[in-house]
Amino acid sequence: MAGYAFLAIAVLSIVAYFIGQSAGRRFQAQVGREVHSLPVYHGAFVAVWVGIPALILVLLWLLLQGMVINQLLLASLPDDMTNGVSSARLSLLLSEIHNVAAGRIFTEPSPAIVEAAERYAVWERIARWAMLVVGLSAAIVALFVARSRLAPRFRARNGFELFVSGLMIACSVAAILVTIGIVASLVFEAMRFFAIVPPTEFFFGLNWEPQMPIRADQVAGAGAFGAIPIFVGTLLIAFIAMLVATPIGLFAAIYLVEYADSRVRNVVKPLLEILAGIPTVVYGFFAVLTVAPAVREAGSAMGIAVSPNSALAAGGVMGIMILPFISSLSDDALKAVPRAMRDGALALGATRAETMMQVLLPAALPGIVGGILLAASRAIGETMIVVMAAGLMATLTLNPLDSVTTVTVQIVTLLIGDTEFDSPKTLAAFALGLVLFVVTLSLNIVALKIVQRYRESYE
Amino acid sequence: MSSIADRTHDWSGEAAAARRRRRYAADRRLRIYGMSAIGIAILLLGILVTTLVFTGYRGFIQTTISLPVTFDAELVDARSPTEGNYREILSRSIEQLFPGLEGPALRRAGQILTNNAQFLLRSAVYDDPTLVGRTVDVAIPASDPYDQLNKGIIDRDLPENRRRLNDEQISLFEQLEEDGRVETRFNWGLFFNADSRFPELAGLAGAIVGSFFALLVCFLISVPMGVGAAVYLEEFAPKNRWTELVEVNINNLAAVPSIVFGLLGLAVFLGWFGMPRSAPLVGGLVLSLMTLPTIIIVTRASLKAVPPSIREAALGVGASRHEVIMHHVLPLALPGILTGTIIGLAQALGETAPLLLIGMNAFITSPPGGLLSSSTALPTQIFIWADSPERGFVALTSAGILVLLGFLIVMNGIAIFLRQRLEKSW
Repeated sequence: MAGYAFLAIAVLSIVAYFIGQSAGRRFQAQVGREVHSLPVYHGAFVAVWVGIPALILVLLWLLLQGMVINQLLLASLPDDMTNGVSSARLSLLLSEIHNVAAGRIFTEPSPAIVEAAERYAVWERIARWAMLVVGLSAAIVALFVARSRLAPRFRARNGFELFVSGLMIACSVAAILVTIGIVASLVFEAMRFFAIVPPTEFFFGLNWEPQMPIRADQVAGAGAFGAIPIFVGTLLIAFIAMLVATPIGLFAAIYLVEYADSRVRNVVKPLLEILAGIPTVVYGFFAVLTVAPAVREAGSAMGIAVSPNSALAAGGVMGIMILPFISSLSDDALKAVPRAMRDGALALGATRAETMMQVLLPAALPGIVGGILLAASRAIGETMIVVMAAGLMATLTLNPLDSVTTVTVQIVTLLIGDTEFDSPKTLAAFALGLVLFVVTLSLNIVALKIVQRYRESYE
Repeated sequence: MSSIADRTHDWSGEAAAARRRRRYAADRRLRIYGMSAIGIAILLLGILVTTLVFTGYRGFIQTTISLPVTFDAELVDARSPTEGNYREILSRSIEQLFPGLEGPALRRAGQILTNNAQFLLRSAVYDDPTLVGRTVDVAIPASDPYDQLNKGIIDRDLPENRRRLNDEQISLFEQLEEDGRVETRFNWGLFFNADSRFPELAGLAGAIVGSFFALLVCFLISVPMGVGAAVYLEEFAPKNRWTELVEVNINNLAAVPSIVFGLLGLAVFLGWFGMPRSAPLVGGLVLSLMTLPTIIIVTRASLKAVPPSIREAALGVGASRHEVIMHHVLPLALPGILTGTIIGLAQALGETAPLLLIGMNAFITSPPGGLLSSSTALPTQIFIWADSPERGFVALTSAGILVLLGFLIVMNGIAIFLRQRLEKSW
């Protein structure tokens, strides 16, 4: 039905375009050059007013229809089924009704459910037809209103352009809406989590065992949601990654800027870009398949016991992933140092190493530090490598050969499979997500500030 | 007069030469550090690619057994091919394949073929009803352990108790090899089958279709919105606090970890709007939110690259600001926008974490029929296979990764081609 609605709206706006265009042509024939706008703009003016509002209406309808019908269904159920019942039970009831309505009957449903399913099917049908009717009538009303405004002196071009400007502003606002959506959903769910588990416990507790079945009276005493081991694990893996990536990336950038000729640069830079373009799931598989066994074997050859999903393997592979970021950001920073400084140093007789280490590097340091912070934020937020190669158990350790877990791993493991928005287990993932968002955002803002200020100082 | 002129330096003396040597040595050291850093990076890339190729090529080939099958007209009716007794047909064929075996030994021998062999026979008849009443050789995939044996992953020289197949099983297989019934073929199933519990039957069809739908949604949403926002911010927006806020916001959005977008999708699209789990539509929506900042940033850069003289010339002959953009600036910026779009979509194609949270990692054995049916995507399928215990899935995972990388290389290749062919330098 939605497809037909879109199709009908598209057809109507094309028709509207031609109606408007022919009106414009008639005006031209009647009054010649006195017409304000070209026929194209008369057509476009009518077409956008017919198409876009109806389209938005139908999209909103599709988005809200399910919610409204579900609310109506719950309200229509007998009171004893819905009164004082948890929202998990309610959503179960709803999905049972949907299943019965779709003919997927597993156990004999109660008569109330069957009735509700019938109501659901009817309402669903009504809603779909209503959507089509509402959308089309909106389009047709718009067609008549817009058509009646056309006249030889009507500023159709300005009207159309105003409409397009409005659309473009809406697009830019959408980018803000995404941020608001992220913050709202994270904060909202995290607040519900902190209503169950006190924030002090979450931020300072040393024990993380979310998989335990938790009863309401058990939460405070069990102390199962202390996130410190997770934060420590995240920082440990990110630190290992930075330890791998920073020296390699920085030295690679130094070589590319100062020593390499253009032939080498043209080969090496795309190769590093390939490293940056490889999907993270591939790195994760690489860590599991090659690096982790290699680390384990190297450990046992030296007589050290290494956990099969050691922080070292996950962090090392993550280091490979962020290496190209560091090298390209350092490369940019070094290149942004004014040429005069470099030439001056060389002219004084400094070797290229001296120029690099005593002139270029100190001058570019803010940019490089900014790049390293950006890379660190990426390492903290990276998910797939650690999901595949790091551990699940939250152990509080700084030993890189042990298995640790990270914020992102916990978010994924807590939310994979069916999720209930009621249990602290699910909500904990949103609390972790909020922490992750705040930390990476602050790192980014600081890094961008540093880079920007540094850039300004040389411009 | 000047102290500098008075000071005499013995530039050719022993001390100066030693200093010079030290300084040149430092220079050489830095150069060597740089070269080895690049060497290490390229070596790591090489190791990554070679491991994938060496484990992955086995996923592209499949051992098949050509099984002589008699489609007895008593057991299957050409008019209703779905209802035949294929189980019986299969067991008769296996008896024929291993004359002289019976009972449990024959049943064990039958395990050389994939578990779903009878359904393969059914679809063979379904495709070609004239098979009924005839005896033909049908190529049936060998089950995972025998496939591994044929590919040389199971070492026949190992002692029996350390192998997955015992001597009896290996000798059965060798007997088939002598009869010329074992073939190694290109594994078309990798592209035309959907997921399966059996590695010999599992394929990427569902994941490829799912990824295609998700990318389609992503494209349809993120490109118009991204280009619209970029044109407004670059060409129309007044410079004030409000637009500055939008700008900072977009830059930061580009650096938000992908999993946070997954949380957003889970809470908003699934939780508040009640959209279905595992649907490519939701996956595409989440990916489009992630791609939006990339497209805005790239589009703004290519709009900036169009020289102001073009705008001024158009304005000078009486075009409105919108006409300047639509008729002149946007067409000139189009190659850059296209390149950026393709690169953004390639990133979206490789993105895994947000799709896991909205349930696109389900076990689904048929390609999705539409935007709302459950589906996986290429990277999530790789993740599922990487987690599967059967040995055969290792090769399949690598093969899946190679397919994904193939798509990415093609997309990026197109982007580079477009950039080189169409982009003008002013």
